[in-house]
Amino acid sequence: MLSATVRVAGDLDVAEECAQEAYVSALRAWTRDGVPERPGAWLTTAARNHAMDRLRREVTLRRKLPLLVEPATVDPHDPADLDWPDAAVPDDRLRLVFTCCHPTLAPEARVALTLRLVCGVPTPDVARAFLVSEPTMAARITRAKKKISEARIPYRVPGRAELPERLDSVLTAVHLLFSTGHTAGEGDALVREELCDRALHLARTLAALLPEQAETRGLLGLLLLTDARRATRTDEQGRLLLLADQDRTRWDQRAILEGLTVTAGALASGPPGRFTLQAAIAGVHAMAPSLEQTDWPRVVHLYDRLLAVWNTPVVALNRAAAVAFADGPAAALPLLDELATDPRLAAYPYLPATRADLLRRLGDAAGAAQSYRRAMELTANAAERAFLEQRLAEVSRAAGAEPAPG
Amino acid sequence: MSQYAILIYEDPAFYANMSPEAWGAVVDAHTTFTQQVFELGGSLTGGGALAPTTTATTIKGAGTVTDGPFVETKEAFGGYYVVEARDLDHAVEIAKLCPAPGGGVEVRPVVDPTTNPF
Repeated sequence: MLSATVRVAGDLDVAEECAQEAYVSALRAWTRDGVPERPGAWLTTAARNHAMDRLRREVTLRRKLPLLVEPATVDPHDPADLDWPDAAVPDDRLRLVFTCCHPTLAPEARVALTLRLVCGVPTPDVARAFLVSEPTMAARITRAKKKISEARIPYRVPGRAELPERLDSVLTAVHLLFSTGHTAGEGDALVREELCDRALHLARTLAALLPEQAETRGLLGLLLLTDARRATRTDEQGRLLLLADQDRTRWDQRAILEGLTVTAGALASGPPGRFTLQAAIAGVHAMAPSLEQTDWPRVVHLYDRLLAVWNTPVVALNRAAAVAFADGPAAALPLLDELATDPRLAAYPYLPATRADLLRRLGDAAGAAQSYRRAMELTANAAERAFLEQRLAEVSRAAGAEPAPG
Repeated sequence: MSQYAILIYEDPAFYANMSPEAWGAVVDAHTTFTQQVFELGGSLTGGGALAPTTTATTIKGAGTVTDGPFVETKEAFGGYYVVEARDLDHAVEIAKLCPAPGGGVEVRPVVDPTTNPF
């Protein structure tokens, strides 16, 4: 609704106000006449009409308002434009997403704007989701909106040539949105769950609107396959459960089936991108009856391909963890040693956590304890810290039970 | 169409010991750029290159005059273009071609003085 309105109003703030006015008129009209057959369409039309009224009233003023759209797309005096078919709406939504995730905006602003403007999440909730104060988030959103209007970030879906790169920025924002909810650093669990649902909904929308871009389906597959494990990621006390300890019978089989189908489709559409490859890896896990019976060589192979298109130290670390299962912990230790020299991983808790796990499996309790302590220093996540503490207690007991070396 | 300033920030050391041939190539690159602006559907409405920050004089608040640039940075403001472009995407497309081998460029919208952008 907001996205359809912003196209008419040409300004995000005006569009937001018109949307609010539409809700007010709905309240009045629906109490009087009953709820219409298609309330969503009713609201969109009402908001657009409010925007039209404003345009007519404020033609002169509007010239001074920062324009977000090419004025040619809407002629306020052409009645045909007042009754767009609803088919125009998804397009508008897509424009709005591309504007909110424009690469000239700060990454954290992109996610916040998407939540606020595309998903309609109120600013206080957006602030809670990202663990910042309400004024901080309000300022961040205002700054971004101001840049959109002052610097004239266009309100349109990018052309074919730039689409893949621009889409990557959109998919990254949606993935970050999901991860923020999924990783549940701290804070309100319900807000976190909602973030995952919002992200899934956005991924679905993108896959439906841009099906020819395989990465949209890759992202949807990745989110579905990851989200299928949502119920099993923590135990009753909210403590983190590793893949090894999760009750696989409680994984959401419908989500897995859909995720696998979507991912297979993305894989069949040419050379896979990074989201599709991550989805494929999640798919291998989703199909495995247990950690031990996972097709680890295939996981390593998929990580090799992922590194080829997306060479980051975090991907390399995950690959090393997969190598530890495919070829044994000893084979993976040298890979971790190499990664330890990368400054980008210096404060990354999963590096010492992975090392600790390998050492534990190799029977080096003292070395494992040292690495668990290091990982604990680095994590800000309560659930992860609780997990590391428990593992540390286990290896410390094991170290105490062993005769002292020498 | 809107106006955007393309501000060039470069390390002066990059140019300090340059051969005349290399300098000539830099000048040529800028000439090429001014043509490319039009080829991309934009237009050039202003611009200039500044002498190094060692020649700068700064006057602050109360009128105190000092030697040197307003802010000391490794990459200093050394020149600019003002272009007309459709929107930020178009301006960035143009600015990507602006020569700045010793640093980079910053794109800033030029303000319409009838509205306060702050």
